[in-house]
Order: sequence, then C-alpha cells, then structure tokens
Amino acid sequence: MKKSRIDTFLPVISTVSILGVWYLVRAIMPEEQHFLLPAPHQIVQAFQEKGPALWAAALNTGRGAVLGFSSAVAMSFLLALFLSLSPRIRASFYPHLMVLQMTPIIILAPILILWVGAGLKSVVIITFLICFFPMVVNTTQGLVSTDANLVDFFRMCNASKRQEILWLRVPAALPYFFTGLRIAATLAPIGAIVGDLYAGNAAGGQGGLGFLTIVYSSQFQMGALFATALVSCALGFVFVGVVLVLSWWGLHKWHDSYRKET
Amino acid sequence: MTAPVTSRPPLVRFTDIVKRFGDKPPVIDGVSLTAERGDFISLIGPSGCGKSTVLKLMSGLLPLSSGEIVVDGMKPVNAREELFYVFQEPTLLPWLTVRANVELPLKIRGRPAPEREAVAKKNLALVGLSERADFYPRELSGGQKMRVSIARALSMSPELLLMDEPFGALDEMTRDHLNEELLAIRQQHAWTAFFVTHSVAEAVFLSNRIVVLSANPGRIHTEVKVDLPYPRTEETRLSAEYQRLVAEVSRLLRSVERLKNAA
Repeated sequence: MKKSRIDTFLPVISTVSILGVWYLVRAIMPEEQHFLLPAPHQIVQAFQEKGPALWAAALNTGRGAVLGFSSAVAMSFLLALFLSLSPRIRASFYPHLMVLQMTPIIILAPILILWVGAGLKSVVIITFLICFFPMVVNTTQGLVSTDANLVDFFRMCNASKRQEILWLRVPAALPYFFTGLRIAATLAPIGAIVGDLYAGNAAGGQGGLGFLTIVYSSQFQMGALFATALVSCALGFVFVGVVLVLSWWGLHKWHDSYRKET
Repeated sequence: MTAPVTSRPPLVRFTDIVKRFGDKPPVIDGVSLTAERGDFISLIGPSGCGKSTVLKLMSGLLPLSSGEIVVDGMKPVNAREELFYVFQEPTLLPWLTVRANVELPLKIRGRPAPEREAVAKKNLALVGLSERADFYPRELSGGQKMRVSIARALSMSPELLLMDEPFGALDEMTRDHLNEELLAIRQQHAWTAFFVTHSVAEAVFLSNRIVVLSANPGRIHTEVKVDLPYPRTEETRLSAEYQRLVAEVSRLLRSVERLKNAA
C-alpha cells in the first residue's frame, strides 16, 4: 500500500484528540478530584521540576536494564548452543528452565536481597532472569530448525561440526535470535524497574525509576508519577529501537522479512 | 558419446544393493548397476521407487542395508572429494551472496581465497550469472537459483554429479533451456551424472542411458540406451529418433505404473 501524506499526520491528529478528551474529562470531574488526573501541562511542569531526579533515576534503571539484558543475551546464546547439541540435553534442561520461568520473580527478590544485598546487583539479576527465558527458547529453536537439505549439503562438503555450527546453524538461527531479542528488549526495562521496586537501594543516589514511583506515590505527586511513567516508557522505546536497528543490520540484506514489496 | 576410451575400472558399481528403513519392507531390493566414466544415467520410475534414495546411498548420506556401492574404488563417504549432490531445491545459504555460495564448498575444505575466487568466477561465467555474483539468493529467479546451485556443485570439479530432480520445480521452457545449458557445460569436462527425474523428455534429452525402476520394492525394470549423438541441441528434440525414444520410455513407464497399481 502506498503511504499518502495524510498517513504521516494520523498519529498527530489522534494525539491531539486524546489530549482534548483528557482536558474534557477533567472539566467534567469535580474540582476536589482533579489531583487524581493531572492535566497534560501539569505533567510537563513536573518534568521541569523533577528533571534532574528523573534523569538520574532513568540512568540508574537504564544501567541495570543494560547489564541484565546484555548478560542474558550472552548467557542465553551459550546455553542455546549447548542445548542445540542433542535432544537428550534439551530434555534434561528444559524442565529446569520452565521452573525458573514459572517462578514469579518478585518472590525471588527477598532471596536475592539476602544473597547479594539490595541494589544494582539484585536489579541486574532480576532483569537477567526476566530476559533469559525468551532468549534461550527462541535461539535454541533457531539452532535446531536448520533446513535438513542445507545440513546434508554441509555433510556432502565434509564440513566439521564446528563449521556446521558457525557457518550454518548460527546464521540460520539469526531471525529466531532477533525475535527473542525483541521480546527481551521490551522486558528488560520492566525487569529493572520491578527489580528497583523490590530489591533496589536508594542510598547514595542509586535509586531508579521504581524508587521514584514509591516516593512520589507516598507524597501524592500525581504529575510526577505520570512523568515517571512516561520516562519508563521512553526507556522501553530506546531498548526496542536499538534492537530493531540491530535486527535490521543483521537481516535486511538477505532475510525475507525485510523484503521490499514490489 | 564422447566418453574417453580407457582401461580404467567403471566409476560406479552397485552390487545387489538393498535399503530398508526400520522393519518396513525394503525400498530398494537388489539393484546392481555399473556406470562408466562419462555416462549420463537418468533414473526414472513411479513415485516410491526409491530413485532419490539411490542418490542418497551413493553420496553416503544414507547407509546401505546390504550390498555394496563402490565409487572410484572407494566407499561413498570417502569419495566425497569426487562427487557432489545437487538437491531438488537450490539449497543456497540465503545470507551469503551468489559468489560466496559458489565458493563455500572450497571454503569448507580450507582452499585459499585466490583459488576460491577464480573458481567462482569461472563457474558463474559457465552458468551465465557473472553479473549476479554480488546478489543475494532472494533476488534471483527459481531458474537462476538452480544455476547457482549447479555452479556450486561444480566448484570442487567433481567426477560424479548426483542430481535429484534439479529442474522439477521449474516451468517447461526454463527446464528445456537449462537442459541444453547443462549439456553445454558438460562439454568442457564430461563428468559422470546420475540424474533423477519425472520427465521422460528430459531423461531422453540428457542421457545416454535411462534406467527405468519399478516400485514396491524398487528394482531395475529395464535399461534403455539413448544413442542420440552429443552435442545435443534444440534440433535434437525434433529428430524422429528422439521422438521414438520418448514414446518408448513413456510406454515403459506406463507399464511399470500399472505393475505398481496392480500390486
């Protein structure tokens, strides 16, 4: 479908409409309840007042998210390589992975605090745990889904196991890997914020967005809470944006998902 | 036929080969066959006669249940330097350019880059795709992909090429054209070929020997010699002898089908 000029403006039009409805709702609400729904301009105001605090918290949460996410990507890739070696290995370890995934991370938070203490370490581990599972499952699936004819072709060339993995299975698994990466990228900031809420340590300016949420809600600072939510949202967009760029870089030349429609 | 007259032993010898999968009745039951150097042998028969299985056995991708296959005095697995397989699909690596795909068999065997480049250049020219060297497979048509697959198979300069319905998915025009090209390529170096196909016309056009297989279990029904002189061209298809052979092989194939259905 050809994109017309009006399509570019559609999001702008819808945003303006939403803001209009927002003010309308406030106009209908009784005055004494206005604090529950701050007006958009009050949220902007909160951004101006709390700017430095929000920025510092976003950096702290971002650091936890990046460390947890990247260690999950690295570890999941190694584990997926190991799991892809044989169905027996997968049968042995998938149940443990499922147990880990089924356990609500929040319940692990107190254990983590006792083990490594509240703070960045706990936040990183919680983010890691949330990102790990979708990465392992997708990458493993990719590594074992290689076209059987291509595997035969490598055997016909007398390829070594190492060549088969590095030159065939790993590149063939890339689309699956990037699918896992996209899921993990949306989860990483959430993991870091949840980690900060339950196992964070605000001492010495280490507090993240989760900590700010606790502070602002206890003070009924609704504008600042909405601002914190928007910052968290922006952090998520940064993560997903980076992963989309990586995915484009890895796949656009050859994979059908990036094929231009003709 | 321009096969060199030598006293060398036959390139391929099957002795009473049997292949069964698990406890099921054998797919191939007692096939014996000898291929001289330079032979172009088509295997034709009803589906389920084990044509493709024969190629898999010759390449060592599948183990034999009993009997023996000798390729140039070796077991198939040890003869992989000399034989290559062309699959039904082009089986190109989509993340590699055409050039890199053609170089891959050499790269896997650790050949130096200058040699790989020279071979890729030569073989892509042979299949008429020099201009497409830097394209990715998704940018090629079905016929072009198959040409790349053939260029890749030739990169190791094999003595023996096993082709499993390589043109089965192509339209008739493209198929005829590629048949002519395949024989033209073979003028340079007359490798021996085992060619599985469903098309009688294709089998007659390409081969000097056509082996008609019967199904359940797979056995050799008849062998037809094709004495049409090489080089064969478009004109060959118009000759009376060609038409007679197509009719004869078609008739044989129909009788084999009837046998299969009666069983």
